[in-house]
Amino acid sequence: MGAIIEKIITTDEIKTDEYLVNIGPQHPSTHGVLRLLTKLEGEIVHNVEPHIGYIHSGIEKMTEALSYPQIVHLTDRMDYFSSSMNNEAVCLCVENALQIEVPERVKYIRTIFSELQRLASHQLWWCASGMDLGALTAFFYGLRDREDILDILEETCGARLTLNYIVPGGVMFDIHPNFQKNVKAFITKFRKKLPEYDKLLTDNIIFQNRTKGVGVLSREDAIAFGVTGPTGRASGFSCDVRKHHPYSAYPYIKFDEKLGTDGDSFMRWKVRMNEMWESMNIIEQLIDNIPEGDFALKMKGVIKLPEGEFYQRVESARGEFGVYIVSDGKKNPYRVKFRSPGFSNLFTINHITKGWKIADLVAIMATFDLVIPDIDR
Amino acid sequence: MAFEKYDFTPITQSIHQALIENISPLLATVIEWTIIGVLYLLFIALFGLLLVYAERKVCAAFQQRLGPMRVGPWGLLQTIADFIKLLMKELITPKSIDKFLYNLAPFIVIIVPFLTISVIPFAPGLQALDFDIGIFFVTAVSSIGVIGVLLAGWASNNKYSLIGGMRSGAQIVSYELSVGMSLITMVILAGTMQVSEIVELQRGGWFLFKGHIPAFIAFTVFVIAGTAETNRGPFDLAEAESELTAGFHTEYSGIKFAFFFLAEYINLFIVAAMATIVFLGGWMPFHFGDWTTFNNAMDFIPGLVWFFMKVFGIIFLIMWFKWTFPRLRIDQILTLEWKYLLPINLFNILLMATMVLLGWHW
Repeated sequence: MGAIIEKIITTDEIKTDEYLVNIGPQHPSTHGVLRLLTKLEGEIVHNVEPHIGYIHSGIEKMTEALSYPQIVHLTDRMDYFSSSMNNEAVCLCVENALQIEVPERVKYIRTIFSELQRLASHQLWWCASGMDLGALTAFFYGLRDREDILDILEETCGARLTLNYIVPGGVMFDIHPNFQKNVKAFITKFRKKLPEYDKLLTDNIIFQNRTKGVGVLSREDAIAFGVTGPTGRASGFSCDVRKHHPYSAYPYIKFDEKLGTDGDSFMRWKVRMNEMWESMNIIEQLIDNIPEGDFALKMKGVIKLPEGEFYQRVESARGEFGVYIVSDGKKNPYRVKFRSPGFSNLFTINHITKGWKIADLVAIMATFDLVIPDIDR
Repeated sequence: MAFEKYDFTPITQSIHQALIENISPLLATVIEWTIIGVLYLLFIALFGLLLVYAERKVCAAFQQRLGPMRVGPWGLLQTIADFIKLLMKELITPKSIDKFLYNLAPFIVIIVPFLTISVIPFAPGLQALDFDIGIFFVTAVSSIGVIGVLLAGWASNNKYSLIGGMRSGAQIVSYELSVGMSLITMVILAGTMQVSEIVELQRGGWFLFKGHIPAFIAFTVFVIAGTAETNRGPFDLAEAESELTAGFHTEYSGIKFAFFFLAEYINLFIVAAMATIVFLGGWMPFHFGDWTTFNNAMDFIPGLVWFFMKVFGIIFLIMWFKWTFPRLRIDQILTLEWKYLLPINLFNILLMATMVLLGWHW
């Protein structure tokens, strides 16, 4: 790595009072093995160059040797905080290609699971970004409440993080008898807990000074960079896949797409906080109305997709997650491409952190909610 | 008064007499110095460990955890075990550092609490140095610490350390003004800089109540600036974990790291002790007007206990700050000092001076 830095120093024109700092690959605020080659002048950030590849696991290549049900469990390992959404994307893509319709019960269960995961993911984002801003107590508040969701998920599917619950044609098991009761209990509890989050951080004057007006991403830039998810919506870019291309049970329910206006760190924060409320609304609309029926279709032992190209997108906790399958009619795909939200979101960082301080770089990264294996799959 | 019976002067005097009668005065002085030195060394080491334990328990309470529970009853021996671990750890010296300055920095940092603690009266008659410029001595000596932090940041030859050191330099130099000025405000009220005298003057009532409005302002400013001067959250920029990994002490390990760690906690104690002495009457018990029975009951609590009760109250307050607030940014910290605290302080000094001149205080 030394040689690379040497080269950059000699080739790039660098002023005497600028210096390079390698933030990462091992650094507390990068939430994984991301390396930011940062050009600083004193405290002020002049240039940020994200370097990825430290956790590259070759998932896209691996899929070419695996059957479709096997691909599903690899997607758990990409964005591990929205594994349910990733599973769903692959399964929907396969089902669309086979032109089969899953039972209504499956749609409801899938949507509830996705929203529960979105809640868990936003809780973890909340506590981790609180920690990035120096509020260490936030970390434990978030994890305390996330634990409840993980327990609910564990009860039904046995896993807490990498669920691998959604399979082509349905879900792996039927929901646990306690599932509905526990989810409702959790929602009632969390509705009381969520205002605590605001009390601890959002209303805090230091927090507002740290985030308001910092790292503004305009709507035009958000669209140009392909920024999606809460980050894009904070800039006023209406990009919710659940709204624009509804899938599973989303067509049956009413919910708002939470849009922001300013596109600064505080707005990104606010949009995610609002999304937590909205997720609870969605779950409440669905949880009592889960129709009776099969939890999965009877699928063939070997799933073969017809020849052609198939694309399916879903709204993961971080933005638009897309699966693009090229099939040549065999039991494993010819080529799979995942469109991960984190990748597009990350690369705006140089654009919006220029001129801000190192502390702001950390705050901006925190509000982007980056998961590195999602970027670097 | 009843609490005079807890005076330590007879004990110290009798030791002094016994020594001076039996051996030569020079040797007696040397022995006395040694005893005092050893006592302070023990106090700093043990109290530092106690504070680390207290911080872990307080932070655990805020975060709905139990904190250390495994080593000893309620985890009481946890910090001691940690300290032994730090003692035995390898001292890693990175390549291409300034070896002399790198090794010097922790010692400069640890010297400060040893010097400042000498003027603090723990109880009547329990004070090592009692000169007429006590407050001035504390403010002067406590500024040495920043040199150690800057040296550590510079000598480590690490960019994170350098940024941390520079941040801490800017911060401590700025906030020293506020600490000094809020102390000056109270010195105006007291009319003396001798620490024992200041405590004695509060026999009739703590300065916080005697000096009412300006004293309250000075107290608030002192606690904020004191928190900033000890580099504690929300002003812990110098070692901002999420930004600079560990700031100026990134490259230190083992006992050298322990020096920084210990110094931070003892500085916390000193800030709390100074606030106690200047605003809350030091070891003076709490009295309320002419409630004689209540006042007599209060007098039965020894001065040493009063002192530590107040100190722990303020330490708890400062810990509360750390575990509640997010971190400020460097420019916001300097703005807070130069645009808000400093003008408030200057105005407050004027207010206090006017009040003392016109005799509006109690």
